[in-house]
Amino acid sequence: MDAILLQILNGLDKGSAYALIALGLTLIFGTLGVVNFAHGALFMIGAFCAVTVQRLFSLSFETIDETQTDFLGNALKVKTPYVEAWFGPQMGGAIIDWAVPLAILFAIPIMVFVGYAMERGLIKHFYKRPHADQILVTFGLAIVLQEVIKYFYGANPIQTPAPESLSGIVNLGAIIGMDIVYPVWRVVYFLFSLLVIGGIFSFLQFTTFGMVVRAGMADRETVGLLGINIDKRFTVMFGIAAAVAGLAGVMYTPINSPNYHMGMDFLVLSFVVVVVGGMGSLPGAVLAGFLLGILESFASMNEIKSIIPGIDQIIIYVVAIIILLTRPRGLMGRKGVMED
Amino acid sequence: MGILEVKGVNKRFGGLQALGDVNLSVKENSVHAIIGPNGAGKSTLLNCLVGKLIPDTGSVMFDGQSVLGRAPYEINQMGISRVFQTPEIFGELSVMENMMIPCFAKRDGAFEMNAIGSVLSQKDIIEKAEAMLKDMNMADKRHMNAASLSRGDKRRLEIGMCLSQEPRLLLLDEPTAGMARADTNNTIDLLKQISDERDITIAIIEHDMHVVFSLADRITVLAQGTPLVEDEPQNIRGNPKVREAYLGESG
Amino acid sequence: MLGMNKNDTRMLLLVAALTMLAPFILNPFPTDSGLAQFNAGYPDLMQRFVIFGIFAIGFNILFGLTGYLSFGHAAFLGVGSYSAVWMFKLLAMNVIPAILLSVAMAGIFALLIGYVSLRRSGIYFSILTLAFAQMSFNLAYSVLTPITNGETGLQLNLDDPRILGVSQTADGSIPVTNLFGLEMRSTFEMAVGPWAFQFNAGYYLCALILLAVFYLSIRIFRSPFGLMLKAVKSNQQRMNYTGLNTRPYTLAAFVISGMYAGLAGGLLASMDPLAGAERMQWTASGEVVLMTILGGAGTLIGPVLGAGFIKYFENIFSKINESVLHSWFSILPDGLEDLLVTLVYPFVGKGWHMTLGILFVLVVVFLPGGLVEGGQRIVSWLRSKKSDDKAANGKTEPAE
Repeated sequence: MDAILLQILNGLDKGSAYALIALGLTLIFGTLGVVNFAHGALFMIGAFCAVTVQRLFSLSFETIDETQTDFLGNALKVKTPYVEAWFGPQMGGAIIDWAVPLAILFAIPIMVFVGYAMERGLIKHFYKRPHADQILVTFGLAIVLQEVIKYFYGANPIQTPAPESLSGIVNLGAIIGMDIVYPVWRVVYFLFSLLVIGGIFSFLQFTTFGMVVRAGMADRETVGLLGINIDKRFTVMFGIAAAVAGLAGVMYTPINSPNYHMGMDFLVLSFVVVVVGGMGSLPGAVLAGFLLGILESFASMNEIKSIIPGIDQIIIYVVAIIILLTRPRGLMGRKGVMED
Repeated sequence: MGILEVKGVNKRFGGLQALGDVNLSVKENSVHAIIGPNGAGKSTLLNCLVGKLIPDTGSVMFDGQSVLGRAPYEINQMGISRVFQTPEIFGELSVMENMMIPCFAKRDGAFEMNAIGSVLSQKDIIEKAEAMLKDMNMADKRHMNAASLSRGDKRRLEIGMCLSQEPRLLLLDEPTAGMARADTNNTIDLLKQISDERDITIAIIEHDMHVVFSLADRITVLAQGTPLVEDEPQNIRGNPKVREAYLGESG
Repeated sequence: MLGMNKNDTRMLLLVAALTMLAPFILNPFPTDSGLAQFNAGYPDLMQRFVIFGIFAIGFNILFGLTGYLSFGHAAFLGVGSYSAVWMFKLLAMNVIPAILLSVAMAGIFALLIGYVSLRRSGIYFSILTLAFAQMSFNLAYSVLTPITNGETGLQLNLDDPRILGVSQTADGSIPVTNLFGLEMRSTFEMAVGPWAFQFNAGYYLCALILLAVFYLSIRIFRSPFGLMLKAVKSNQQRMNYTGLNTRPYTLAAFVISGMYAGLAGGLLASMDPLAGAERMQWTASGEVVLMTILGGAGTLIGPVLGAGFIKYFENIFSKINESVLHSWFSILPDGLEDLLVTLVYPFVGKGWHMTLGILFVLVVVFLPGGLVEGGQRIVSWLRSKKSDDKAANGKTEPAE
């Protein structure tokens, strides 16, 4: 029982990332009808926002501290981060420590801008082109973004720790009288993703803007006939989708040190998630994200691997292939999306 | 016994009864029109005939054989060709190539792996396609890209492609929708000529009464998924039920 | 000639001339000149040109004709490589059985994957092929290690059985790949003045095979089967309502292109007998897509040009480093020199992939027909300019 619960938990953090990326992919696909192969790159850019913020906060100046000496007896050079100088050592230290969560504040405007620029600058020219062209151009864009990041940040993974108070482990089982030890940050990540998902859904459900967008997803032409400028709203949705992917990336950095190809790694799986959930279905994307994350974590249990070796490597693909062949519309796909 | 026999066909989409107990018999070598107001189930019925949809109950027999459960290409190989509301042609290919493809389908069946011989060495296919282009008055456009043809020419090409398969039943889905008067009249003349000169049955779904009354030997009126009347054109004109069905729509 | 029209014959002859004379064409600079580093007439590089040319020609039969965009073709290349290396380990170092097995194995894999993937079309097909390829890659890396030797990659050993050959040569080393005794690595060097040209047996074998499969692809393009594939791309609905079953057509195209990929993989292993899982990764599939698009999908010669172009510039661009740039811009004033070097540097050397990505985007946006379309545009522009000049018309507009 403990083991099963633990596996479910283990699946949740990866599942959260899948769900967030897949949610953005689906938003873009549902609103703009574009298959965005550059979405993984947005996730990666988000992660590097966190890296950048952490580096910015740690920018330091050097002073010579006469009171301390090194082993040669010279006065010691001490590095002081600017934030500590400005806000005092305690406050400054806390800011540096909390760089990753604080990066969210920076990442949102940056990601919205990146998404907006992508849509206006490139992708809008591809609405009427075949899906193959959309795949190709966004694939090319993904390569470019990836290489830009590689140029500035190098090819090695960059450690980006979580705040100290959130980087330990916690016994989640204590409440129900069991022993399930789990890293705190992963719990944070899961709750954060629920928050973002909930935010997006309520935005679409309860605001006029969201209602129009949903109507547009269902029937673009009719909404256009009502004299509503749906394209403009869709552009905004692209920015929001980019922000969601970016946030997923920011918060993922303490779980896996970011590198320039993390986006591509996640992209393939996120596409699989979208297809399993049902192209164009937002709840489907979220559901499939968590399901596949948990499934993957179960498949990597030793008990299961000893029965079917290598199953953890391929389980998601196998499930996707079976679903695509038996339920072409995915778990919750709508009729008429991408059929023909 | 007609060449096409539809018996007791029902089709539901969720809560909507698209077709309710449809019976239809199309006599060989006749022109049979199916008319009805919007949403009467004309297109659903047509899709059931060509294998795009499978009815919930009922039977569709073509020349004594059931078409149900067969894929569209199998039904086509049985001898039913379909002309679409917006012409479905191979836009990126030349007019000549467009015409050759159905000739191949007629000669070689649903699949034939001839990957080495040149298309140009297929003399019989070329001859046949050229003859059909001539019949359609399109011989001078043989090298044009099909996508660059005018709307009327696309329609002619599509009809020609269907005819070169020598079908026994030609189904037309609003063949003059969106056409100018002149193009419509040309199409009517073409269809008349086809039905006079060839050994072929035509079933046509149409909105335009001018087209229907110029062509049809027999008319079925569909309303709310059920056949209202089936009769000869002159009897349909004055039928109060038909008027009601149509007035109900416009009122 | 050979059942082709004049244009196609001319194209085949052009490719024949390019491949046969490649050792000259690719070595335009004298060996001791500063530009010698831009020569590309080395055996291993030339081999890669033609091998990836074969890969792209095959991919084009699927993507160019039917429009089905596979993102998993590298898997077949990998299968081909593994099969060939196993043949070298178990049977003999002759490349013929190895290549035959590569093609056959790739064909079987393509049949299985194609049968499943082709049940869907459009974006679903792309994602299915992507999933299959990524699955093969993961398997090759993990569970199938006994067959693929995992991360290290599959290599020849001194104790391999090689039942029709020898496990090791008289001097105790691993035997080399050969064609009935002709060693693939044997190279004849010809010095003409300051130039040195290299003629490599392996390269010429690959080039001859390229010519053969290029000819085959011309025949397929012009055949009734090829016409049907173009029709699938153009309008599947009409195909179905014309009594044609699209699935066997697309499956046949998929298998043929998979076999081309297997052939390419087998040749890679025949030139250098090792195989690694990274050959199967989806970015490798992306590369062949790129070659085909860049050259011109759906055209005959496009994929060959695209493969040559990308492999050539990959080699050249990745050789350019900071000092090379400095020497180029050294005539400029210092500040400007540094600025230019800084500006150009991200795009060369290790930054070659960035250039590649930008090129990809630009081609898809502005030149969906690839280099072939670009060439045609230039030709028609020159023609219209000429006629305009004749008419002494001042208003020349480039032809769109």
